[in-house]
Amino acid sequence: MIQLEQFLILSSLIFSIGVIGIFLNRKNVIIILMSIELILLAVNINLVSFSYFLGDLTGQIFALFVLTVAAAEAAIGLAILVVYNRNAGNIEIENINSLKG
Amino acid sequence: MNIFLPILPELSIFISAVLLLIVGLFVKNIKLIINLAIITLIIAIILVLVQPVQSAFNNSLTIDEFSKIAKTLILIGSLASIVMYHSSREDLNINLFEYPILILLATIGMMIMVSANDLIAIFIGLELQSLTLYVLAALNRNHLASSEAGLKYFLLGALSSGLLLFGLSYIYGFTGNTNLNLISTTVTSGNIGLIIGIVFVCSGIAFKVSAVPFHMWTPDVYEGAPTPVTAFFALAPKVAAIALAVRFLIVGFSDIAFDWQQIIIFLSIASMVFAAFAAIAQKNIKRLMAYSSIGHVGYALIGLACGTPQGISSLVIYLSIYLIMNIGVFSFILSMKNKGEYYENISDLSGLYKTHPYYSVVITILMFSLAGIPPLAGFFGKFYIFIAAIESNLLLLAIVGILASVIGAFYYLRIIKVIYFDESKNSFDGFSHRSLGLLTHPSAILILIFCLYPLPLIKISNYAASSFF
Repeated sequence: MIQLEQFLILSSLIFSIGVIGIFLNRKNVIIILMSIELILLAVNINLVSFSYFLGDLTGQIFALFVLTVAAAEAAIGLAILVVYNRNAGNIEIENINSLKG
Repeated sequence: MNIFLPILPELSIFISAVLLLIVGLFVKNIKLIINLAIITLIIAIILVLVQPVQSAFNNSLTIDEFSKIAKTLILIGSLASIVMYHSSREDLNINLFEYPILILLATIGMMIMVSANDLIAIFIGLELQSLTLYVLAALNRNHLASSEAGLKYFLLGALSSGLLLFGLSYIYGFTGNTNLNLISTTVTSGNIGLIIGIVFVCSGIAFKVSAVPFHMWTPDVYEGAPTPVTAFFALAPKVAAIALAVRFLIVGFSDIAFDWQQIIIFLSIASMVFAAFAAIAQKNIKRLMAYSSIGHVGYALIGLACGTPQGISSLVIYLSIYLIMNIGVFSFILSMKNKGEYYENISDLSGLYKTHPYYSVVITILMFSLAGIPPLAGFFGKFYIFIAAIESNLLLLAIVGILASVIGAFYYLRIIKVIYFDESKNSFDGFSHRSLGLLTHPSAILILIFCLYPLPLIKISNYAASSFF
């Protein structure tokens, strides 16, 4: 039987991969979008496993909300990325520095 | 129908936003849509104020005194930003009917945030607000700076939402509830999982209010976004996120106040000190206002760190004064233009006194108030905050706050020095747009007369704080 702790370790590992992915990646914005999805999915693992071990359905409903919002967030992120790409000509992170001071 | 009565203001804004979206497709009259949006917001303010105190949807939304005052402040901020948009849309080349609609949708999100009493409601409100703000920042589609601001805000904002959500999942897991009132009955000190959750949620909220060390997006987004959007960022979302933090921490976790107090104290000291030093080197006035808002959030968080009725009421006073001052300053920034070209550098203001003495006096009042010089309203805002801090034995916060406001006075006074003593280089249109004057003058007058009639605002803030204690 898998314990709650193991689920929590798994989700915090995925969460850490997501956060590290955002900060270490120097090439492409798309990878950051993927890292954000990883973070949100780690949260979902958390919520569903808590819900299972507490015997309380609220966590799973929360997870459904998170999935929906994650989809909306990805859509808006890609839309902004398209606008940025049209103006700047590329989406490399090192070039996103016209605002500085 | 009765179950919808508690969310009548939100519902009316939502219905109006959807209808305006359809109207905007067929009627190519942006002014009509702006006017309808303004009417909607005014109706919403009235609906908010006449609502009875109640809780709705299995206690996941609370309509209490605090949320009513916070919602009114948010609606005033949204209203001001729509008026600013109306005055500048031609010159900024953003003639989009979506702007007022996006503001309306963001306003719904913020209204849900301030009355959310449930983790799911907090999350939904916050995301509705954030997703709209990302789009608003990138609104100027043909402008590199604006789309870059939108991209940066999106990437960092999504990260902060992730942090906040991770924290919420831990709080749910270690208390077994999502309702803040139920959570507060199960909170025990020494619950490590719960503390991890609170830390993550606090960092997520710190991001939304742009408190140091989660402030990196603020200057870039403020500079890149179109000025009416920048004004909106500085007005409403700050109030909403601080109100959310107050309800989350005071209602849910007042039993372990000592644990979260340290986080808030750190955020507050770091924001005040950092903003005071970092703003000195700024040349762009929108960037300067970004650092100024970071500093003001630091002062406001002192009120939260107290966690006492007096702390919360001084926080409400501070936020109201902050809102009024920023409405004035941003409508002034929007009137800094010549033949449709906007000035954004502080040096462009040089010698304004010689050509426009009257406007120079107005901006001087606003800047003195931001710096906290008596007898203007900004001074009293800080005064009440520091009194509350001293009375709850947070002497360190009060001392650091006073020192930081002395250092911070430098960069506000520098603007005044440039206006009065430098050689004039540029000519100005002045307040060519009547609606901008409609914002600047009342805010300057309110700041001036606050010292004569402070009682109404003090009464309002005590009324707001009474909902928690």
